[in-house]
Amino acid sequence: MRLCAIDLACHRGGRDVFAGLNFSIASGQALTVTGRNGAGKSSLLRSIIGLVRIAGGRLVLEGGDPELTIAEQAHYLGHQDALKPALSVAENLRFWAAFLGAKTVDTHACLDAVGLADLADLPAAYLSAGQRRRLSIARLGAVKRPIWLLDEPASTLDVSAQQQLAELMRTHLDASGLILAATHGPIGLADAQELRLDDIAPVGVVDEERDGRSESSIPVSAAAIGRATHTSAAPSQPDGDQVRS
Amino acid sequence: MTLTELANPSRFLAFANRALPWLGGMTVIAFAFGLDMAMNAPNDYQQGATVKIMYLHVPSAWLGMLGWALMSVAALGTLVWRHPLADVAAKAAAPIGAAFTLLCLVTGSLWGRPEWGTYWVWDARLTSELVLFLLYLGVIALWRTVEDPSRAARAAAILTLVGAIDLPIIKFSVDWWNTLHQGSSVFRLGGSTIYPTILIPLLVMALAFTLLFATLHLAAMRNEILRRRVRTFRLMQASAAS
Amino acid sequence: MNPLGALLVRDMRLSIRVGGGALMGVLFFLVVVTLVPFAVGPDLALLKKIGPAILWLAALLASLLALDRLFATDHEDGSLDLLLMSRTPLELVVAVKGVAHWLTTGLPLIVAAPLIGLLLNLDPLAEGTLALTLLVGTPALTFIGLIGAAIAVALRRGGLLLAIIVLPLTVPVLIFGVAAANAAIVGPVPFGTPFTILCALTLASLVIGPFAAAAALRQEME
Repeated sequence: MRLCAIDLACHRGGRDVFAGLNFSIASGQALTVTGRNGAGKSSLLRSIIGLVRIAGGRLVLEGGDPELTIAEQAHYLGHQDALKPALSVAENLRFWAAFLGAKTVDTHACLDAVGLADLADLPAAYLSAGQRRRLSIARLGAVKRPIWLLDEPASTLDVSAQQQLAELMRTHLDASGLILAATHGPIGLADAQELRLDDIAPVGVVDEERDGRSESSIPVSAAAIGRATHTSAAPSQPDGDQVRS
Repeated sequence: MTLTELANPSRFLAFANRALPWLGGMTVIAFAFGLDMAMNAPNDYQQGATVKIMYLHVPSAWLGMLGWALMSVAALGTLVWRHPLADVAAKAAAPIGAAFTLLCLVTGSLWGRPEWGTYWVWDARLTSELVLFLLYLGVIALWRTVEDPSRAARAAAILTLVGAIDLPIIKFSVDWWNTLHQGSSVFRLGGSTIYPTILIPLLVMALAFTLLFATLHLAAMRNEILRRRVRTFRLMQASAAS
Repeated sequence: MNPLGALLVRDMRLSIRVGGGALMGVLFFLVVVTLVPFAVGPDLALLKKIGPAILWLAALLASLLALDRLFATDHEDGSLDLLLMSRTPLELVVAVKGVAHWLTTGLPLIVAAPLIGLLLNLDPLAEGTLALTLLVGTPALTFIGLIGAAIAVALRRGGLLLAIIVLPLTVPVLIFGVAAANAAIVGPVPFGTPFTILCALTLASLVIGPFAAAAALRQEME
């Protein structure tokens, strides 16, 4: 399986967040997206799962399930934890597991993997920020999906919880999953490729007159996008690939 | 044992556990006597046996009002003296008071149907009693909505004190307005106007209802204290788990 | 459990646990009905005549209660992102949320309506008819409300906006709901005519509501 972005562009609130973005990750690979605040890390992740409209370029998934969209094969761990304080820890996990399509789920094992097994019956309202984050991460283990899109996954985690997360990600990569993580610091994946959004030169204001999607309107194209770009040669598109554009 | 000593929740729990069997036993005995006397009391020459609804209706009306009065005192305890058990007492009293008020409304309706030809009229006594029931439900909803007990306690205390205005309105409604509901007959200037054959069973029933209220209230307070302990322990468990 | 079943159970659990959902709706219903005799006077004959209209109006207001939070809470805690990218069609997700809301807010109103009707001196036939029209009509109110809830999802003062958007849309339901209840009680119009139209309105809103709400959510979130 391989996820490719070709010449991807994104506008939000009348300005270019990024443009001319290319990357490609294959099964078993991880890509960390770095950059200053507002560089478009979150927008990139959200555009992959269709929560932000893509202004230009394409997303291609090779070797995935042709019946499903990219979003339907992905886990998205956003800034918020998607937890209900009134439900217990186990209820929260069981709901997402069932909603995301797991037939059965071993709640105890999934909670144990993030160190929350002892708190299974507590209301999620009683959890600290780090514990909430870990509960949110537990759903990645509960339902198997090949693509993980993680937005600042380690931001509220302490050292041992970061190690647990790294372990989960390592297991996922070994099972030929792929990971795209927006992050400020290292997240414990030594061999991850890095995509620096800061390198994609100055963002300009979109000229309302022009069609934002045409090549020429993109202020500066992807000249240097870290190490990940060398794989960005536009892939051929056999039948069954999915394209979002 | 003084009120200050009882302020310690652990002491209160011990006291409640000792007192509850006695209170419960006394309630059962009082009801046995009261119901027996009420059943054997004379029927009314106009109303027949329907009049016996009164033995449930009047005490539950008193207890409904007593419940709010108790909550008002507890509200002062919360706001002025900051007594640690005051808000527990207030919270525990609300559902019980609401239940007695509802019982009063229901028994009144059942009596009204044969006597007045309708389940309900919008006269001052009935309406003010219904407003009391709504106030109870409002306080219960408030307790349930605010997660933190101490914050909920202060808000509920203010609401309770404001709502206490309804109590004298209920009491004097039959004197102030010309209502379909009959006037006061038990507690009034110049003495009761009820025959002792009816008054005595009524007072025994009132005692039984009061004991029932006390039993339920004490048990509910105990449960509320335990519930808060469970909450504290669970919060501690969550923070200890890192 | 399948995804939609899980969502139904979760939403019902939440509305029962958080602030006593069903209790709130019924309490609001009761308070609104209680206010009317204060406003129009305690004339039982008059109250009996306008009773169905009062109860319908109160049910309309009560069923919009908490509807503005239906998608807003999911939006605020990030759940809505996951609902939007789900394999289950968004229209079905929205419909299931509507069903859960109706079961916890609308259904208790219908159970309470006959009791509250006693306060307005309604007779048993009127009580039964009224409960029947509410049973058929309140799902329409909820599902029309879904559209407003979806449009107001990201707004801080969504509650007021929701009422302004939704109340005009519910006018037909109110007209035929009250007409059906009155037809059965006082005549002379046959009960069947307005009642059939009420059924049609509900069926139509069961379809239009989820599609419009899902479309609004997709637009809002992009």
